[in-house]
Amino acid sequence: MNSTVIKAEKLTKRYGDFVAANELTFDVRAGEIFGFLGANGAGKTTAMRMLCGLSVPSSGTASVAGYDVYKQTENIKRNIGYMSQKFSLYEDLTVMENIGFYAGIYGLTDKEIKEKSVQLVDQLGLHDSAKKLVRSLPLGWKQKLSFLVAIIHQPKIVFLDEPTSGVDPVARRQFWDLIYQAADTGITAFVTTHYMDESEYCHRVSIMVDGNIRALDSPANLKKHFSASSMDEVFQGLAREAKRKED
Amino acid sequence: MKQLFSFIKKEFLHVFRDRKTLMLLFGLPVVQLTLFGFALTNEVKNAKIVVADYSKDIATKQITEKIEASKYFDVEKSLKSHDEIEAAFKTGKIKLAILFPENFNENLLHLHKAQIQIIADASDINTATTLTNYISAIVADYQRQLMKDASIPLTITPEIRMLYNPELKGEHTFIPGIMAMIMLLICVMMTSISIVREKELGTMEILLVSPFKPLMVIIAKFIPYLLISFFNITSILLISVYALELPIKGSILLLYSESLLFVVTALAIGLLISIQAQSQQTAMFGSLMATMLPTLLLSGFIFPVENMPLPLRIISNVVPSKWFFIIVKSIMIKGAGISVVWKETLVLTGMMLFFLTVSLRKFKIRLA
Repeated sequence: MNSTVIKAEKLTKRYGDFVAANELTFDVRAGEIFGFLGANGAGKTTAMRMLCGLSVPSSGTASVAGYDVYKQTENIKRNIGYMSQKFSLYEDLTVMENIGFYAGIYGLTDKEIKEKSVQLVDQLGLHDSAKKLVRSLPLGWKQKLSFLVAIIHQPKIVFLDEPTSGVDPVARRQFWDLIYQAADTGITAFVTTHYMDESEYCHRVSIMVDGNIRALDSPANLKKHFSASSMDEVFQGLAREAKRKED
Repeated sequence: MKQLFSFIKKEFLHVFRDRKTLMLLFGLPVVQLTLFGFALTNEVKNAKIVVADYSKDIATKQITEKIEASKYFDVEKSLKSHDEIEAAFKTGKIKLAILFPENFNENLLHLHKAQIQIIADASDINTATTLTNYISAIVADYQRQLMKDASIPLTITPEIRMLYNPELKGEHTFIPGIMAMIMLLICVMMTSISIVREKELGTMEILLVSPFKPLMVIIAKFIPYLLISFFNITSILLISVYALELPIKGSILLLYSESLLFVVTALAIGLLISIQAQSQQTAMFGSLMATMLPTLLLSGFIFPVENMPLPLRIISNVVPSKWFFIIVKSIMIKGAGISVVWKETLVLTGMMLFFLTVSLRKFKIRLA
């Protein structure tokens, strides 16, 4: 289980004079839950977009699931799932229709879609709401559904962009259980968050400040290294150096 | 292919789930047709007209009385000069003027023929046609009465002058006009709104991260509105042929082909707007500005392009609906074939390619 699924070397994105992501070097191992931390505007989303093939790096190299981010974005797309902080479900479609649609655009067969839908609804205990519009679901359920839809095609890696923003602590805990379940089936999770308590759930964490990765290790090692009692302290210590304003 | 199908199915679900959109999509053509078709073409009542009688004899009096007796006209008798009549037309005070030249009855009796001049304001084509037809009918009726008593044939020739639009260009043009307007509205507005909505919801990002190709997203967005537009064209044509009794003189196949060309142009414009717009409101407003205004003002649908000042005439050339309007008008009303409208078709094809290329390119750039 120690093969590398994401490998970035000096990955950089510039917008004119502004360096959004500066020479990021890191690797993510298969089956790992990798936390990608940073204040707003630190460059998390920029880095993630480059890895997903949504934006072309200015320099450096990176591979995702063994494919090059410059040339093989189509192969990358087939092997990743993505969930954004907006949850990205169609509110005017039912739960089943949303599942069917996302499964459909990933090219699942009708039989697979049917099986997956049943399995998903079971997993979420959404039997009564399967034919209801997503609009009517509570936020926590939308979030969970959104995650399961993102991994409906069993990708190698799932990218989660601040997946827990705006939901209550109980729902967040349940959501992390889902991430662990997915990791057990071999899906690597790449999670950005700014909830420091959540970073404790990750196997390894990288902390970005002003476009640079300032720390990368397991939460336990990080706390030891910075002699802090919590990840929050570690983060505050690093974030104090930040010069960029939040945007 | 299966992926595309899932996407198109989803687009249709969006359309059918939203009652308001559904009403707009399928109700709009019917409402528009009813408004324009019946409100504009139906009979005119109490139209203000001027009768300038320079003869004042028995015949002119009888004709004037007949006209006055009809409920359609509100007659003002005055000896206006040509200039005065022209001025009254310009201010819109009158819709029609009738001039009896001097010695009307004398001419009729001795030369067996006389002339009436009927002048109508043809900038409002439908009213002008209706009114002149009424007057001509009244005059013809009077002529028949005279013939009964006389042994020699007597002819009164109504000399009709259509002011501002002498060739009556644009008769029954509201059908092509409505076709252009509805297709533009639906295609431009619905495409741009539905794409911007995906941007707002964040689902666009998900789509771009998926193996589903951006070009496919566009095709999937186009197809439902293309089908709905064709449904609408069909219903417009059916209503116009069966309810309004306006036959289609030209080839229906050609009509649909040209419509396809126009719809794709409209879809491309919608795509272009959606790339620029950040919110659904902006997209809607932008679409209205880009479609309704130019179509209403510059396509020739309501105001004849020929009578516009030169700068507007030049600007009207970049309005796609102007060309589509000319094409449909020629096919439907004049029965023209491709050999007549090939130039306009070429212009429209050029526009389609232009908008499609620009929007696809911009769509790609935005992804980088």
